[in-house]
Amino acid sequence: MTTEALPAPVQASRPAGTHASVATRTVKYGLLLLFLLLILMPAYVLFVTSFKTIGDATPSRAWNLPAEWQLDGWRRAWETLSPALVRTFSMVIPAALLSAFIGSMNGFVLSKWRFPGADLVFTLILFGMFIPYQAVMIPLVQLMQALSVPSGVPSLIVLHTIYGLPITTLIFRNYYAGVPHELIEAARVDGAGMLRTYASVMLPISMPAFVVVLMWQFTSAWNDYLFALFFSNSRNGPVTISLNFLASGQLQDYSASMAGALIASVPTLVVYILLGRYFVGGLMAGSVKG
Amino acid sequence: MRATHKSLAMGLAALSLLAVSACGGEDGGTGGGGETQEVEVFTWWAEGSEKEGLDALVEVFTSQNPDFEFVNGAVAGGAGSDAKNVLASRLQTNDPPATFQAHAGAELTDYIEAGQIEGLSAMYEEKGWNELFPEGLLERLEQDGEIYSVPSNIHRANVVWANTAVLEEAGLDPKASYASLDEWIAALEKVEAAGKIPLSVATDWTQVHLLETVLLADLGAEAYSGLWDGSTDWAGEDVTAALEDYQTLMGFTNTDRQSLDWQDATQLVIDGEAAFNVMGDWAEAAFATSEKTYDTDYVAFPVPGTDGVFDFLADSFTMPVGSPNGEGTEAWLDTVASAEGQEAFNKAKGSIPANIEAETADFGPYQQTAIESWANDEIVSSVAHGAAASVSWLTDITSAVAKFGSNDDVTELQEGLVAAAEKHASS
Amino acid sequence: MSSTVPASATTPDAPHTPAKSRKSPGRRPSRSWAAPLLLISPTLLVLGVFVYGLIAANLNTSFQDRHTRAESQGYVWFENYAALFSDDTFMYSLRNLLLYTGAFLLGTLVLGFLWAWLLEKGVRGESLFRAVYLFPMAVSFIASGVVWRWLLNNAEGDRSSGLNRLFGDLGLTWLQNPWWTHERWGIVAIAVPAIWQLSGYVMALFLAGFRGIPEELREAGRMDGCNEWQLYRHVLFPQLSPVALSAIIIIGHMSLKVFDLIMAIAGQTNYTTQVPATQMWVEFTRGDYAKSAAIGTVLLVIVAVLIVPYLVATYRQERRR
Repeated sequence: MTTEALPAPVQASRPAGTHASVATRTVKYGLLLLFLLLILMPAYVLFVTSFKTIGDATPSRAWNLPAEWQLDGWRRAWETLSPALVRTFSMVIPAALLSAFIGSMNGFVLSKWRFPGADLVFTLILFGMFIPYQAVMIPLVQLMQALSVPSGVPSLIVLHTIYGLPITTLIFRNYYAGVPHELIEAARVDGAGMLRTYASVMLPISMPAFVVVLMWQFTSAWNDYLFALFFSNSRNGPVTISLNFLASGQLQDYSASMAGALIASVPTLVVYILLGRYFVGGLMAGSVKG
Repeated sequence: MRATHKSLAMGLAALSLLAVSACGGEDGGTGGGGETQEVEVFTWWAEGSEKEGLDALVEVFTSQNPDFEFVNGAVAGGAGSDAKNVLASRLQTNDPPATFQAHAGAELTDYIEAGQIEGLSAMYEEKGWNELFPEGLLERLEQDGEIYSVPSNIHRANVVWANTAVLEEAGLDPKASYASLDEWIAALEKVEAAGKIPLSVATDWTQVHLLETVLLADLGAEAYSGLWDGSTDWAGEDVTAALEDYQTLMGFTNTDRQSLDWQDATQLVIDGEAAFNVMGDWAEAAFATSEKTYDTDYVAFPVPGTDGVFDFLADSFTMPVGSPNGEGTEAWLDTVASAEGQEAFNKAKGSIPANIEAETADFGPYQQTAIESWANDEIVSSVAHGAAASVSWLTDITSAVAKFGSNDDVTELQEGLVAAAEKHASS
Repeated sequence: MSSTVPASATTPDAPHTPAKSRKSPGRRPSRSWAAPLLLISPTLLVLGVFVYGLIAANLNTSFQDRHTRAESQGYVWFENYAALFSDDTFMYSLRNLLLYTGAFLLGTLVLGFLWAWLLEKGVRGESLFRAVYLFPMAVSFIASGVVWRWLLNNAEGDRSSGLNRLFGDLGLTWLQNPWWTHERWGIVAIAVPAIWQLSGYVMALFLAGFRGIPEELREAGRMDGCNEWQLYRHVLFPQLSPVALSAIIIIGHMSLKVFDLIMAIAGQTNYTTQVPATQMWVEFTRGDYAKSAAIGTVLLVIVAVLIVPYLVATYRQERRR
């Protein structure tokens, strides 16, 4: 906090700043590196422990490098988690696509083809994004039973799609709000109806918003634990459930748990690495919002 | 025009998909053995000796029933707490396994009340199981005149495990027996002076386990059993005295207990970091796995003050209502009840058979002592393991004990236990 | 992150919306309202049921005498709530929730702001720093809980491990502490991993905020003779208050729902890390549906206190457009 708080000498011209800025920059980079290390610390422990033998992987030796690098932990974790990974993909992908498409249509309507009370409707939809799901969980369990949605992947697809709608609607609405009305009008003049306008004008320019929305939905459904806990189990549920059972088992198999945590995080990390630029870029340019 | 259709189709497809997944649940569960030949057995025996026991039992099952395919529905997690949550949600959503493990006794009450498991008395009659199990055990299995599960094994909860080397280092005789908690506490003080952990304990449920043995030691078998049927007053002074002893014992335990499960706490004794550990006799397997020899490397004795009392718990298997494979369930229960199944299972798991016809001559030295006690001792039911009180009652006891673990307030602990008893005795 | 909300969502309006829609023909009553209503009606129906309908159903359950898996024994109205608020453990868990939220907010805002400030003017390797600071948010609380459970091991002295071990090895023994097992401050230790995960996100928000400030403002500030500190203090920081508000809303509402992290690190029975969400789960698993539903409603009210004013403000703003 103190680096820039030093009253810098007259800021008017470059030369005065040089020696102060050398000090400032040193402190600045020092801090950045320090935080970098702090952030990476848990990742380091995860990484090295996952390669340790069972005896070597104890909390008291958390900071040491493995006495002997071996892949057994990874193999055991993979055996436990791989079926769950498949299930998680088969749950997350449809849920993300469905909620993204429905959200984009909603966003279109709410921003460009409005009806009276659209703002109120939007606000009511938005509320759904913030509710703690605990406040609907008990009747939700009963409702899903009444609808006889099988537990596991089908239930979770339904839930992640539905409870994803507020946020996808919001993002698309804000995105479409930035689209000039002239485009819509031009389509209208050509006699295009609402759906045609959506498909021919909006969809083609929606890619950036889809990237952001799909990324969010993918990540949040992948990382979800609450719905998974209530609506699935370790035999038909996603990887968060299996991982937690792996990690809280009685014979605490630390190397396998740590390898499992890494395995379970790979898909979302890959998404971030590949698409993070769009996300951060979108955030920074403010282009996602209206 | 084409574009309109396309997008319309897309929209409809999306919606109909939603509708399909919302209404298409008639084909039964996805997770648990939908096919008739699969028998999904739900347990929390996922690791260590418990898994070895299960594997041995499965071997017997497969040889007896070559037509059925065993499907392992094991869920790991301390004393089955995670598994029970998973099970509760599966039963709620009408997705039961073919059979599930449950502690015999009061723990079954919740499932019975919710109409989730079938009565088995007729099956007992038909298959002659009533002759296979000791009468005292059958009485404890019975609820309102009906038996709901088949016991697979018997465990003893009131056992102290001790590392002989640590005891000698602290100037204690490993062969010494302690007549009362007070004598034992004197020994714990010596260990503390020698710089080792006197008594190792782990997370909340193991603390409940410890508390139960202390109550048993101080109140005696009869008054202890009275705690569960209302004939002993939880607010009484003798309970207060027992809780104070519990507080004293907790004062000798390791500080990192909340981070540990029972295996870690027992491991502290095995590794010579701690002198004593109170744990059920499934701990025996942990010593065996570490290649320790009974009577030389470690000793085991009843918790001081509970000699002559067998604090029992039993695992058992049920027939869920709406089992996906009724025949398969029956075949599994048959194997569980059989002498052959019980021998294989218990030998590997370190427990003792519930079936009196099982051959136990080649069981280990610790198991022999347990078999003898089971035959001769007074039997009481364990609360930490679901034999004495319902799951809901145990939940309240656990939260009172967990609270005590952080605030060390005996009065509050007793108030919590009294409130829990009032709440559940009336319902 | 089970419930992160993109910042874009809630960042109050950037300056480029005014007027353009004012006279836009798109705003005049369209030929038909039926089509848009039809298109959005599935969403309205589904959310009407799954959000508002279920909130009502939950409220209904919370008013009943339904403490076992068996059928309800009739209505007791506010008795369940009265019981909750006279229960020390529940009050303790509410207190924990507030403490956790305070620590989580403070930690993420301070760190996120600091990092954004350090990166704001562009540094070499910015993309590396940004990526590393941001990566923890891609990981689930369950996965990060695996390692934090270890790092926050509460053994001290000879048997210490995790962070306490590191402190010991570095000669910082005075930093060793019982972490999440401390009766009063234990819950704050749970905020440590949460801060680790979300500070990067708040950084991204602030960074976007900094970069969104027009260069002219800085120029104008310099013209007025501000030094660098004064420029930040009087010109740039005030521009960021809307970003800070969004961060508070987002982190705040996430924080009030904390559950996964506690389950992964301390488990559901541990006393010192009780929060309403974990209690709700425990009550659910033993079939006390009424109490569980009442806890859910209390959580909803707490979140609503934070969210509703914000939603109302957003709504008003939308109306003005």
